[in-house]
Amino acid sequence: MPYLGSEDVVKELKKALCNPHIQADRLRYRNVIQRVIRMSKLDQWGQAEVLNFLLRYQPRSEEELFDILNLLDSFLKSSSPGVVMGATKLFLILAKKFPHVQTDVLVRVKGPLLAACSSESRELCFAALCHVRQILHSLPGHFSSHYKKFFCSYSEPHYIKLQKVEVLCELVNDENVQQVLEELRGYCTDVSADFAQAAIFAIGGIARTYTDQCVQILTELLGLQQEHITTVVVQTFRDLVWLCPQCIEAVCQALPGCEENIQDSEGKQALIWLLGVHGERIPNAPYILEDFVENVKSETFPAVKMELLTALLRLFLSRPAECQDMLGRLLYYCIEEEKDMAVRDRGLFYYRLLLVGIDEVKRILCSPKSDPSLGLLEDPAERPVNSWASDFNTLVPVYGKARWATISKCVGAEHGGSELSHTAPFAISGHLISEENKERVQETPDSEAFMLVPNCQLTAEYFEKTWLSLEVAHQQVLPWQGEVHPDTLQMALQVVNIQTIAMSRAGSQPWKAYLSAQDDTGCLFLTELLLEAENSEMQISVKQTEAKTEKLNSFMSVLETVIGTIGDIKS
Amino acid sequence: MISQFFILSSKGDPLIYKDFRGDSGGRDVAELFYRKLTGLPGDESPVVMVTTGGARHHDDRHFIHIRHSGLYLVATTSENISPFSLLELLSRLAILLGDYCGSLSEGTISRNVALVYELLDEVLDYGYVQTTSTEMLRNFIQTEAVVSKPFSLFDLSSVGLFGAETQQSKVAPSSAASRPVLSSRSDQSQKNEVFLDVVERLSVLIASNGSLLKVDVQGEIRLKSFLPSGSEMRIGLTEEFCVGKSELRGYGPGIRVDEVSFHSSVNLDEFESHRILRLQPPQGELTVMRYQLSDDLPSPLPFRLFPSVQWDRGSGRLQVYLKLRCDLPPKSQALNIRLHLPLPRGVVSLSQELSSPEQKAELGEGALRWDLPRVQGGSQLSGLFQMDVPGLSGPPSHGPSTSAPLGLGPASLSFELPRHTCSGLQVRFLRLSFRPCSNANPHKWVRHLSHSDAYVIRI
Repeated sequence: MPYLGSEDVVKELKKALCNPHIQADRLRYRNVIQRVIRMSKLDQWGQAEVLNFLLRYQPRSEEELFDILNLLDSFLKSSSPGVVMGATKLFLILAKKFPHVQTDVLVRVKGPLLAACSSESRELCFAALCHVRQILHSLPGHFSSHYKKFFCSYSEPHYIKLQKVEVLCELVNDENVQQVLEELRGYCTDVSADFAQAAIFAIGGIARTYTDQCVQILTELLGLQQEHITTVVVQTFRDLVWLCPQCIEAVCQALPGCEENIQDSEGKQALIWLLGVHGERIPNAPYILEDFVENVKSETFPAVKMELLTALLRLFLSRPAECQDMLGRLLYYCIEEEKDMAVRDRGLFYYRLLLVGIDEVKRILCSPKSDPSLGLLEDPAERPVNSWASDFNTLVPVYGKARWATISKCVGAEHGGSELSHTAPFAISGHLISEENKERVQETPDSEAFMLVPNCQLTAEYFEKTWLSLEVAHQQVLPWQGEVHPDTLQMALQVVNIQTIAMSRAGSQPWKAYLSAQDDTGCLFLTELLLEAENSEMQISVKQTEAKTEKLNSFMSVLETVIGTIGDIKS
Repeated sequence: MISQFFILSSKGDPLIYKDFRGDSGGRDVAELFYRKLTGLPGDESPVVMVTTGGARHHDDRHFIHIRHSGLYLVATTSENISPFSLLELLSRLAILLGDYCGSLSEGTISRNVALVYELLDEVLDYGYVQTTSTEMLRNFIQTEAVVSKPFSLFDLSSVGLFGAETQQSKVAPSSAASRPVLSSRSDQSQKNEVFLDVVERLSVLIASNGSLLKVDVQGEIRLKSFLPSGSEMRIGLTEEFCVGKSELRGYGPGIRVDEVSFHSSVNLDEFESHRILRLQPPQGELTVMRYQLSDDLPSPLPFRLFPSVQWDRGSGRLQVYLKLRCDLPPKSQALNIRLHLPLPRGVVSLSQELSSPEQKAELGEGALRWDLPRVQGGSQLSGLFQMDVPGLSGPPSHGPSTSAPLGLGPASLSFELPRHTCSGLQVRFLRLSFRPCSNANPHKWVRHLSHSDAYVIRI
């Protein structure tokens, strides 16, 4: 038992912990707890210990909960960061049903956290930064007005700078984006190549929201003609055009000239991919690729050769005249002379594909060039505070969730419980999709005629026009609990070929969504979902372009299944 | 709860090793830690590290360490504990060891191994913290610190002729505070002394057009007391000291800070009315008060830099003219000023014209370093630097341009300002209510000091 300042406390803690009579007697147990809380002579280690111990206590009533919170309030003002963070964790966990209390606590802990972030002790500063990131995942705007506190200084160690750049990248908003970008641009020319590259990647991350400004900065960086900068910028461009198609034009103009400054495998792959996919907009794309083909013999990275094969074949489809000769030479080299089996196989595959005919090649290679919705999947959605409250003030945020998962996997048995809760949501969503598929498989035979067409893309204007011109064909109310998670819902709807036209943000009230779907006979189903505040029901109104009751019923059953399943997960 | 604690020298030699729970490997853990630390990939942080024992689960261990004056203080644990508490404990241990051994360094630790082990025994029991208060520990610690006193002429010179007080005794030698707190029982002649430091760290960011983007002052009042414990002292702060944005005091501009936190032993009864802190400090080091101030500085910034850059693309000639103005009051001065200016890659030669002979400038690690030993308040210094950058010569030039090439700047300054606080906070008095039995009046030393944390000027 830890030393807690006085014998008394030790005795009481022991009693409360071990004595089943006291545990059973609610009043006495509570009394003990209250006396422990009120101990005034504890030093900071004792306080931290008590806070840790109280995590196990579950208050029985709301009144008691707020009593405890009031009694412990002074701990939030302690000068020791350990005690403040311990108190914060306790508050977050006790108030898990009161989001406004949680937000309040996080506002109050802002000061101590920021102080720790600029503390003289580097290690403390690092731990605090990790926790700031954790909070930002749930409350993206929480530290936005304090962005200047996260500017790096020249003398800080590398690991702190990297954390700060991450934080800056996450707290950016309309008001501070200008200043943050200016600061990040300064880091891009840092002496340390690693740090410069991290800053460029961070600008790439911000570019998903503030595309124009960021692309301009990145383009300017290319002008430096430095190898380590150019390669990272090109990689950032590659990731960016996939998510933000609006910047393709600007990126294509910036690309020519880069090839001279890229030597590493990753950068070459990115450049070749960009040239292949968007080659028709870059006038001299074939000639840049030609250089690569000329030097393919001395190329050391097999991955670059593979990328080159694919890119050249893609470019051949859009600019056959300029590429035909080169492609022939490259295929000949890959098949006859190349020693790497994977590259050789890829070459043979493309050769045979070309033998089948150009239409087949087009069908296989001309995939979509960008997919903005991928960003939604990649971006971690705002996580509720409760999902990490129990990890607060532990080593988890310091390691990062991903690394912690691998560590605790190694630890295995000891942390089995927590691991289970990590994987739980995935298990459920996996279950959902498989069930959806089953549903569809089962449904197809019995309602033979009913089949929703994939890729029915309506424009928002067309949807609006049609929606206004039609009468409501069917209205229904389904039970629903809790908040809506738009991403999950959208994904689930996509599985059954229902497209989302528009959706409110998570948490807005009333929450609305507009959906559309088309069956194989060309009949359109337009749907409105409405979730009133305070209401535990989802109102569904469906409009139909052709009045067919049978199809309407089939459509409703599909929609009901999806909403029912998602609603179940919530509860 | 920690499993092991050890101290490594900066070269990785284990100085102290203590296993509290006997639940994990042997001494080679220290070596393992150092190997991991030096072999860490660049993007991972060294603050917490993990070793996995492979199939043997119980061998998993987290290393958490701090670096303190060149030493690594490392704790290992197998639990998922609070990083804040543990880091705090390690820094507290560093201060404690400093208190008991005089100062913390490789030499003092290896001279006082027995004392350090004794301390660790008392502070931690089976990996749990018992107490870290100097007061409490005093009763249990028997070993005396071994202090090596380097021979110094200064000691001789302070002995006045015929016992007369010399000038030197008015000023404490800089090493005065670095001695063990616990005066040995035999050595009664030791002076009663109190050292009070107001230390501020200044971080500033100035935009290229001269506008101020960020000012941040982190201040601390630190106390190191050699008085017998139980003696009360009162520290009077400037009366116009205001906390928060709205409070108003006095008629002058006032001294405003955003946030203050006090050590738990400080009695704040007189703080509201007279800005007096009352406390009974334990022997040893103590941070009495911490405060922060941002964006709103009462006094002008200590330094202004006026750079002008001429960049001739054609010939690759870069000319940087730096004018540094010190806006301190004329009586104060700044010491050890160093300006660090990153340069574009490939700079080969440097020619310089400096305004005074004691300055020095040189190229190193892709940056220009300009050292100024001291700058008087109100004065102005300048340096003209010419460099050749052959690698960067771009398209043919249209004459010299004033826009800076990419890769130049931002400039950062580091300096110390003795007897100056940027917030304006001063200690008015330090009074000791003293027991009459003691013969000598205690010596009280009060110091004010500001230094730069990050003073960055964009170009």
